[in-house]
Amino acid sequence: MSNKPLLSVQNVGINFGGLKAVSEFNMEIHQGELVGLIGPNGAGKTTSFNLLTGVYTPTFGEIIFNGQKLNKLAPYQVTKRGISRTFQNIRLFNELSVLDNVKVAYHSLAKNSIVSSILRLPSHFAGEKEMEEKSIEFLKIFNLHEDLYSLAKNLPYGKQRRLEIARALAAGPKLLLLDEPAAGMNPQETQELMSLIALIRERFDLTILLIEHDMNLVMGICERIYVLDHGVLIADGTPEEIRSHPKVIEAYLGEEVPAVHA
Amino acid sequence: MEWIQQLVNGISLGSIYALIALGYTMVYGIIKLINFAHGDVFMVGSFVGFYSIVGLGLDFFTALVLAMIFCAIFGVLIERIAYKRLRNATRIAALITAIGVSLLIENGFIFTWGPQPKAFPDIIANGSFEILGAKISIKSILILSISITLMVILQFIVHKTKIGKAMRAVSHDNEAARLMGINVDNTISATFAIGSALAGAAGVIFGLYYTKIDPLMGIIPGIKAFVAAVLGGIGIIPGAMVGGLVLGVIETFVNASGFSLWRDAAAFVILILILIFRPNGIFGKNTREKV
Amino acid sequence: MKKSKRFWLFILLAVVIYSVVQLLISTGVFGSYYSNTLILMAINIILAVSLHLVIGITGQFSIGHAGFLAVGAYISAIITMRLELPFIVGIVAAGIIATLAGLVVGIPTLRLRGDYLAIATLGFAEIIRIIFLNIDYVGGAAGMQVSHYTTWTYAFVCLVITIIVITNFTNSRHGRACISIRENEVASDAMGINTTFYKVAAFAIGAFFAGVAGALYAHNFYIIQPVNFGFLKSFDILIFVVLGGLGSLSGSVIAAILLTMVSTYLQGFPETRMIIYSLVLILVMLYRPQGLLGTREITDFLKFKKSRKGVAQHVE
Repeated sequence: MSNKPLLSVQNVGINFGGLKAVSEFNMEIHQGELVGLIGPNGAGKTTSFNLLTGVYTPTFGEIIFNGQKLNKLAPYQVTKRGISRTFQNIRLFNELSVLDNVKVAYHSLAKNSIVSSILRLPSHFAGEKEMEEKSIEFLKIFNLHEDLYSLAKNLPYGKQRRLEIARALAAGPKLLLLDEPAAGMNPQETQELMSLIALIRERFDLTILLIEHDMNLVMGICERIYVLDHGVLIADGTPEEIRSHPKVIEAYLGEEVPAVHA
Repeated sequence: MEWIQQLVNGISLGSIYALIALGYTMVYGIIKLINFAHGDVFMVGSFVGFYSIVGLGLDFFTALVLAMIFCAIFGVLIERIAYKRLRNATRIAALITAIGVSLLIENGFIFTWGPQPKAFPDIIANGSFEILGAKISIKSILILSISITLMVILQFIVHKTKIGKAMRAVSHDNEAARLMGINVDNTISATFAIGSALAGAAGVIFGLYYTKIDPLMGIIPGIKAFVAAVLGGIGIIPGAMVGGLVLGVIETFVNASGFSLWRDAAAFVILILILIFRPNGIFGKNTREKV
Repeated sequence: MKKSKRFWLFILLAVVIYSVVQLLISTGVFGSYYSNTLILMAINIILAVSLHLVIGITGQFSIGHAGFLAVGAYISAIITMRLELPFIVGIVAAGIIATLAGLVVGIPTLRLRGDYLAIATLGFAEIIRIIFLNIDYVGGAAGMQVSHYTTWTYAFVCLVITIIVITNFTNSRHGRACISIRENEVASDAMGINTTFYKVAAFAIGAFFAGVAGALYAHNFYIIQPVNFGFLKSFDILIFVVLGGLGSLSGSVIAAILLTMVSTYLQGFPETRMIIYSLVLILVMLYRPQGLLGTREITDFLKFKKSRKGVAQHVE
């Protein structure tokens, strides 16, 4: 493990109309790690993702990624600096084909200008061709190459989730944020997802932060886990430490989800 | 004391805007639709008032009440026939339909009764009196008192009656209200009825004050009343009242300062400034899209 | 390449249509009534396609397109009538100034969403109209005399350029970025698309061609007045796009052709025309809100089987 973290979140907080949604959030993620973020419903997990990706601007604190401050950047700028994400409620481009969904994520890597595209200059064809080839290669890894030309909205649920991950990866992130990737999946699909995550992590030299409700998945693949409750970080550590942490047990008491025995 | 007189004129105009704006804001609050046809309900109210006085020989107040009742029914019909099916449609589809309904009413009206303007009968005494050197007409006072009375009644309905409670519940959370046993369809219809009745009243007092009415008279006051609703914070009833009055006063002063041709632009400049700098209006709260 | 074959087919079709109509006009078979209708049709198609880029492709609901039409009409009229420069200079200047107007309107308003954006663009269009109403140099409310310079050739060439530019833009990574904004703005942003840039770009390109249409429009009549560019004109353009199908270029072209014919036929009966328009609009929204063609193009219906084969080829 290198000494300098890839992502460093320092005392970050945000208020919505006087209400503290997240406060004093601290987190360090190193290159290559797979980290989980868990917590009961309404604990502020998705809000933290929104803070990290520029959807919300933090009221307090600093977010430093790869040596750069991210605080006031717009989401697209954060993505260009190497953080991309999936969404809890799938947000695909429904009326676009599977291939085009991925091409949109490749957008920033191509270089053909608006003028070259309008005049159909050689650089347009070169840029578009490269984008198409890369996207198709990419979809093969995700086993979606048979659906290249189907509209995203017509895919079955499991494939939509996979496409969303593929699309996020196509944006070329160093850090990938997955917001409940296993939500709504059956055990077998969840199993497949776990091996997919392991595969992409290796292949793309990725660092991953994931929010998940499925404790088997979190405990099974994450190396470290952060626990949020009521917008405050209450624990962090290895899965073993988290499992026996008194505050975590207290926070989850009364919730139905915590099958904290993997 | 020229400016006091202008202020009174502005308040009279503003109270007409406010009455129309209330309908916009209530409908937007409950089904998130900009009811473009609302200005045309105002026009219809004006004509019902006109025909009740000229054709049926009724007195002013009976005509006012008749116009309000007619417009309430008309508003509910529009909602039931055109908008009801759009509850689950996109906002844009609903907006386009509303524009379509508005054009249909205007052109259907012209097609049936002709495009000629009518002279609204002058049935209220044209007297005036002086306060602090300003000449205040009795009509202004009458308009103002009718508007205030109607707004007080509206406040009473919204805050003290069962239907008002249902309206607030539905505008807060449609689904939850349904689960609590509130008849959402009827509540929405009631909202249209009340909003349209207010627009009808505005139409009659508009006719009384400006004396000329025509089938396209609803377009500009309609859009301006919408501006007033946005200015006050759309969905907020006191906001619509204040927004209407503010807009009326600003317009009257722009007009009085010798920029009469720019009068209509003032409303749109205000609209754009509000949308850019304070899109939730004077009284609005900040909300954000859930991601 | 298949795509370039389609391009040359389009050019061939355009040349044929142009030549046939030009022949009929120059031999006198088409009198001024028909040639004027055809020119008007071309102008309406340009307007429809330019608004299609903003509403259909980028999903930004603008109902103030007549404002840019007005800018183009007045700027070109000033250039040809006051400065006495050639018509072509007027057309280009109309497009450029309308683009600038598009930037001025678009940059502040395009962060608004849905119906707020609609109302703001409506407001801006009215402000533009009122500005022209108050400038004596262009005749105020009485309007401005304009010579009849628009010919079938000018109109058709502008039309073809509009379609090529907007099609090429749409079928590139830039157009895809715009569609992604329409489909899901939050996700688009998260995929690294500068959504503000693309919304403004689409708006500016749309305004450019509306300006060009304005130049053609002004020089197709003998007078332009602020009253020609009110909300109803914006609505006329909007209905082409909505009726044709939000997201379908060929749909908006077809709707523009059909409705130009209907409105020419009903020229003497403006109320009947508006009643038909509004009824059609309401019925389409209630029963087929995606419009005639939805997001599909007319060519999609012709080559459905081919694209299936295309899939197989790509996979192998």
